Amino acid sequence: MTTTVIDVPEIPVVEKPNYLNQEYGAVSWLLTQDHKRIGILYLLSVTGMFLLGGFFAVLMRLELVTPAGDLFSSDTYNKLFTLHGLVMIFFFLIPSIPAVLGNFILPIMLGARDLAFPKLNLLSWYLYMIGTAFSLLVVLLGGVDTGWTFYTPFSTSFSNTHVVLMIIGAFVAGFSSILTGFNFIVTIHRMRAPGLTWFRLPLFVWAMYATSIIMLLGTPVIAITLSLVAIERLLHVGIFDPAIGGDPLLFQHLFWFYSHPAVYIMILPAMGVTSEVIAAFTRRRIFGYKFVAFSSLAIAFLGFLVWAHHMFVAGISVYSAMIFSLLSFLVAIPSAVKVFNWTGTLYKGSISYQTPMLFALGFIGLFLIGGMTGLFLATMGLDIHVHDTYFIVAHFHYIMVGGSVMGYFAGIHYWWPKITGRMYAEWWARASAVLIFAGFNLTFFPQFILGYLGMPRRYHAYSPEFQILNVMSSAGASILALGYALPMFYFAWSLKFGKEAGNNPWGAAGLEWQTSSPPPTENFHTTPVVTWEAYEYRPEWSDGNV
Amino acid sequence: MIDDFPLFPESASTVSGSVDALYFFLIAVCGAVSLAVVVLIIFFAIKYRRTASNQIPEHYEEHKALEIGWIIAPLFPMMIMFLWGAKVYFTIARPPDNALEVYATGRQWMWKFQHVGGQSEINELHVPVNRAVKVIAASEDVIHDFYVPAFRVKTDVLPNRYSTTWFQATKIGRYHLFCAEYCGTQHSGMIGWVTVMEPAAYQQWLAGGVNEGSPAAIGKSLFEKYACNTCHNAQSGARGPALDGAFGKPVSLRGGAVVRRDENYLRESILNPQAKIVEGYEPIMPTFKGQVNEAELIQLISYIKSLGAPVGAGGPATPDKGSGVSAAPGASAQPGSAASPSLPAVQPGVAPGPDGRGAAAGAEPSASGSAVREAKQP
Repeated sequence: MTTTVIDVPEIPVVEKPNYLNQEYGAVSWLLTQDHKRIGILYLLSVTGMFLLGGFFAVLMRLELVTPAGDLFSSDTYNKLFTLHGLVMIFFFLIPSIPAVLGNFILPIMLGARDLAFPKLNLLSWYLYMIGTAFSLLVVLLGGVDTGWTFYTPFSTSFSNTHVVLMIIGAFVAGFSSILTGFNFIVTIHRMRAPGLTWFRLPLFVWAMYATSIIMLLGTPVIAITLSLVAIERLLHVGIFDPAIGGDPLLFQHLFWFYSHPAVYIMILPAMGVTSEVIAAFTRRRIFGYKFVAFSSLAIAFLGFLVWAHHMFVAGISVYSAMIFSLLSFLVAIPSAVKVFNWTGTLYKGSISYQTPMLFALGFIGLFLIGGMTGLFLATMGLDIHVHDTYFIVAHFHYIMVGGSVMGYFAGIHYWWPKITGRMYAEWWARASAVLIFAGFNLTFFPQFILGYLGMPRRYHAYSPEFQILNVMSSAGASILALGYALPMFYFAWSLKFGKEAGNNPWGAAGLEWQTSSPPPTENFHTTPVVTWEAYEYRPEWSDGNV
Repeated sequence: MIDDFPLFPESASTVSGSVDALYFFLIAVCGAVSLAVVVLIIFFAIKYRRTASNQIPEHYEEHKALEIGWIIAPLFPMMIMFLWGAKVYFTIARPPDNALEVYATGRQWMWKFQHVGGQSEINELHVPVNRAVKVIAASEDVIHDFYVPAFRVKTDVLPNRYSTTWFQATKIGRYHLFCAEYCGTQHSGMIGWVTVMEPAAYQQWLAGGVNEGSPAAIGKSLFEKYACNTCHNAQSGARGPALDGAFGKPVSLRGGAVVRRDENYLRESILNPQAKIVEGYEPIMPTFKGQVNEAELIQLISYIKSLGAPVGAGGPATPDKGSGVSAAPGASAQPGSAASPSLPAVQPGVAPGPDGRGAAAGAEPSASGSAVREAKQP
């Protein structure tokens, strides 16, 4: 850490060549191998799917304003929650941070020219789009009603909706995620800039590394499992349906073996973003850097050992339930370590409150509640009562929406100046962060109470005593929808009218802030050499925007 | 409009109090830790906000002891949660021996309950207060879930086995019964009521309803109809193991394993006899899968349980007086529902309760459950 040897490109007055103005035209985008352009393609596609999934959620919350199932038929409602889950999980949450922000930022963070396999990267986007096309086809043909969990034998022998088409969609999209994970792992191993040792890596890279391992090891299992569902459905081979010799619990074991780790595919990247944002806006190195880095790997590892806590009431043996309960408590430790370390990072920091920081702090608060209520579910005797109720719905939305989506928004705001070269409208963005936080809590906190009261999830009609809490939840959802709508406008506005961002508007450490905004196609004109530790704050690196 | 706005569920069983205690313990511990973290964040956020004099953060050495401390410290409250949770779980998982047994059958989208004395009801379950009730449940189609929030008990109900749960109601009243596992179109309509009654009123209710004959008595005639008795008898040299007093006892299998002959063992041995062969016998029994439906399984198992059972335990196989065995619902009217692709239309074999609600509920379930399977796309 003696002298900084960094080659910052000269900033000319005319528009610099960058990845956006290098080439023009649809073909230059659709056949691009530039990780940044592919990141933009992903950004547009996952935003579309987020809006679609959100639309389904709005319809559900409208239906649930009254106890009677009076707005939609039961079949329609069942399709709504199924499609909401499938679209949000497989086509928004899983690709969101890795495929959008990871694609764009990860190679630049490493000082690399691109990902290790640019063509595979483009292929993964096409696979994602094929999967998306299948899911949209399912929506157009009338939907699917199995729940995103595809529980057997309902999905294999009873549902008369488009189960197989949906499975093909999820199957193909799964390969997109496998390729992305594979690409990231190789890139992180092989393409770090000179001097960028493992313990100088930003924590976002550690988080993406852990996520990629889960994608690579877990996704094939869901691909196999869903294939077996399709095989049983089409060929009547008895695998899961006991009427033809199968075992329905086998499906649940296989499904959750992927789908529990998938929760960490969704939350680990958001944790990585939070680490970046907190370091940038406190001007501090993350407290306990190595512990936070290894906690990502610990979560990825332990996450594979806790799947049967989804099955405490499904009829597994009491002793196996005990083992899975114990392991589920253990997986909470590395998550807690992260929260404690982020809090510790604030201590004696120099904290500023731009929008990314508001989202990151919101992430910590909501993830805290989501994580803590996870302990309620790991507690076996308590899980019996709250399992399959709105308590579960509230819990995983605190993790998935309060955690992952807040993290995604923190990241989008944080890197928006780098991606587009423009600043978004700060006041509006702060308003959006506050609306999302308030709306989120009003939507989902009442659902904890509903769940303990005993309202089962996936109920089209419900008992009248649950109405007031449901109305609160629906009211919160409308605030939440407004909070999510705002960024669409101010981001679009910023593309034309936003203030030009310098290389490093936040004064953040990290290689991505040392190239121009937007970055040139090759990211760096000369390969950077890293001689400093992660998150080392240097006033001279800042553009003075903060 | 809404005259009640509950924030906490009624607590009406012997375990509900201990589940709630556990819940409050977790709220207290998790709430305290969350509050501490949030207060610290807010305090730091204000104290260390960026000001003209606080542009460059002060450097300090990190203490590894602090890291180790907050890795180790959460383990202690977590182990209490784990052990306490396991204790409550074990209590709910193990029904007491003297529990009153009720068979539950879930089907798209209704619940049928079969009492040992021969009464059956749909979407209604009448039980006496202060008496342990063991629910032995199976599904005829997809996975359902028997859930009574006021009792804090829940169990998935599977199509290939019996799941059991139990409760001992402590308060007279009517409590929600919900299906908690998504099961198709009318999932949210697969609901009912559990009515907890004074023992005397319960006895009156038992006597008042239509009695189809006790399952054990019907099971006895099925045992003969399916010619089970040609092999399973007490004579020496019989081709099948004798079943007198067999229920609940351990038995040695070929290969040396020892298993307890419980409801699931009997179920498997009827539907898939080759799965477990008793030591000293040949694997010659044919499967009855597709011939014996869920209701008949319950009757056969009830009969086997009654063989050699001590008098008065769990409902003896006293022959019923009225209604005639052949008219029993399920026995002949629902052929092969477990395996056949076409389920029969729901037949409401309702024993109306004294309040008459049983019949009303019985008329509600849709008969279209069978249509779904038939209409399934290729």
